[in-house]
Amino acid sequence: MLLKKVALAGAVAGLMGSTAFAADCGPSGKSVRILGSDFPAIQAVAGAAEANCAANAGEFTINLRDNTRDMMNQALTPNPAEYTSVIVANSTLTQLMNDDLVRPLDEYVAKYGQHLKPSQLITIGGKVMAVAFMANSQHLYSRTDILEQAGVEGIPATVEEIVAAAEKVRAAGIMEHPIVMNMKVGWNVGEIFNLFFFANGGELFKPGSAEPNVNSPEGIAALGTIKSLLEYSHPDHLSHASNETQGLWEAGKAAMAVMWGSRGGAVLDDEGSSDEVTSNTVLSAAPTAGGGSTPAATLWWDGVTVAKNIPDEDAEATFAALVSGLTPDLMDEHNDKAIWLIDGFRAGPAAAGVAATAAAGAKPYPMIPFINLMHNALGSELVDFYKGDESAEEALADVEAAYRTAAKEAGFLQ
Amino acid sequence: MKHRTFFWFILPTLSAMVLFIALPIVSVFIQSLFVQHEQVLVVSESCGPFGCVEETQVDTEATAKLREERPLGQFNGLATYFDRSHLASAEIAEVWRTSTGLSSFIDGIMDLKFYKALVFTLTYTFVVTPLVLIFGLAVAVGVNNLPKAFRGVAIFISLLPFLVATIVGSMILSWMVDGEGIIGATLQNIFNDPSLSIKASTPLMWIMLMVYGVWHTLPFAFITFYAGLQTVPQDTLEAARVDGANKWQTMISVVVPHLMPLVSFVTLMLLMDNFRVFEPLVSFQAEAHAQSLSTFIVSDLREAGNPLYASAGATSMLTILGVVILLTPVLIRTWRDFNAKVH
Repeated sequence: MLLKKVALAGAVAGLMGSTAFAADCGPSGKSVRILGSDFPAIQAVAGAAEANCAANAGEFTINLRDNTRDMMNQALTPNPAEYTSVIVANSTLTQLMNDDLVRPLDEYVAKYGQHLKPSQLITIGGKVMAVAFMANSQHLYSRTDILEQAGVEGIPATVEEIVAAAEKVRAAGIMEHPIVMNMKVGWNVGEIFNLFFFANGGELFKPGSAEPNVNSPEGIAALGTIKSLLEYSHPDHLSHASNETQGLWEAGKAAMAVMWGSRGGAVLDDEGSSDEVTSNTVLSAAPTAGGGSTPAATLWWDGVTVAKNIPDEDAEATFAALVSGLTPDLMDEHNDKAIWLIDGFRAGPAAAGVAATAAAGAKPYPMIPFINLMHNALGSELVDFYKGDESAEEALADVEAAYRTAAKEAGFLQ
Repeated sequence: MKHRTFFWFILPTLSAMVLFIALPIVSVFIQSLFVQHEQVLVVSESCGPFGCVEETQVDTEATAKLREERPLGQFNGLATYFDRSHLASAEIAEVWRTSTGLSSFIDGIMDLKFYKALVFTLTYTFVVTPLVLIFGLAVAVGVNNLPKAFRGVAIFISLLPFLVATIVGSMILSWMVDGEGIIGATLQNIFNDPSLSIKASTPLMWIMLMVYGVWHTLPFAFITFYAGLQTVPQDTLEAARVDGANKWQTMISVVVPHLMPLVSFVTLMLLMDNFRVFEPLVSFQAEAHAQSLSTFIVSDLREAGNPLYASAGATSMLTILGVVILLTPVLIRTWRDFNAKVH
């Protein structure tokens, strides 16, 4: 479905690609202060906003850094807030909304957002809370040359096929550990569980409540699936996050990987790797598991928000500046830096994996107020299972107990 | 010194200590007694690029009203201290009831993160501290016996581990012992086992963390003892030699007793620092194998997104309590020595 949309959008963009766009920057002489994570797509969006509207603003600052989620709530709490806008993703929007730190954007969208697609608007309870500009998800990376050499036909589509292919690669003596995934203790361990839990049909919470629901047959199946992959993954996997897995991939030390789509551009470009690796790397949909049809992935978006605790006119100028950059011109310049949700995106090879994963019906990462607490509990309590110290049932029972403790303290459970 | 003079003399330090140490501790303690209000939740539809779903959200208006009435949250007393993330009293009672023997009881306790972290922290403290004291003294004596011309260079080299920032030093070592790093890959080659990995094995990881801890803090003990060695009275040494004591006997009977106050001082500092071990755990990415109370505080404050202040506060207070318990024997000893000297 998304593929179709993307293709259609591409055609439309071809027609209107060269339309000149005069930026409307809203009230002049106001203060625009942007906080965001430091990666190429956000640099492009913030840069375009600055190029269009810095002259119109009284103050225009951009602060892009790592780990913004650790400090964004603190930065937006005072009145006036430190920043007029934070560039967020699914989980960080939840984090800001839990403390009521962002404002509805409906009136600004009506005034400055005619060029936005309806699907870019993140609407919660009928109010637009963010405007998304790019999508991301985990998916499969494969080295076609290695798979061919080991006698594997085609690209694996299910976890079972990946495991079988990995066994062939190992048996052929090509690599001892052909699979890499982000299994670093903490956030990444939690996220990997989410992927395979959703793929096995699990729901993290009992419907309509904050009661945990992971100690279930789906949870045990998910852990079994992950363990089958870990048999063939690098022995240091519990310390691997995106930078480590990307490094192993670019060094040619893996044949199959579950990595983020946003790494696709960096993996496929001509830096940091050899031609042998890049020319044989294929990005495809995340695998399904246990005979299900849902890909083992969570869909993410990145988008702009506007802070609540700032003067209205600053808010208006901030929104106008940021959305002024979300145009086909931006994509012409930065097409391969992200899987853009902006009207007119042409999906290249680096975007193929995310597009295929979304089209296959992967679930979006849930925007539930207590999701972070569950994610943390998964990230810390499942480690004993992966190290072989605990059974799946024991580990999942520990997850629920740890989650309950935190959720009680945060006021979600009594 | 007159009491009045002493008071004015100590006032700047005292006020800084009250302002920057005592008051924050009181505030942390108060925060640890409260948990958040019951969240008012509403279910609403949320839509985005991937379609629409029914999802729960916080009713911010209703929650803000609750917060305004009682900004600190709900009073929870000491309950946070005894919950599963901390002292886990209910869980321990449960383990006690269901365990079939000592080993299953210990397994049950080790499943609780607070005790798991405590076991690592105490092991780390009690292995690293004596090793640093012994090696620090050995290096100091060694350098002191070098010809004068080499001493400057030797001191500089011995201080290097201390000059390298903890996070940088442990990061470098962490990359070296990685399965793809020079030490890790060499070990795999020697033992011809591609699955051999320091980072994947809890005992190896503990050993590496402790070796790193000794390497990094050794210079502190060394330089303190080296300074102390310059003050060893020459006539006592001379007398010992005349009495026929060999180098080793002189060392044990003259030098070490002379350095005892410094040993107490270094021990105090090391116990405090080692109990709060943090940076090596982060840069070795050792979270799977070793946690300390400090890593829990950071994860409560940062990883949770919306910070768990009560939990972090309770862990902080328990850390302080742990340090106090560790230091008590050393402090008592110092106090006795002091009194003995006065009378």
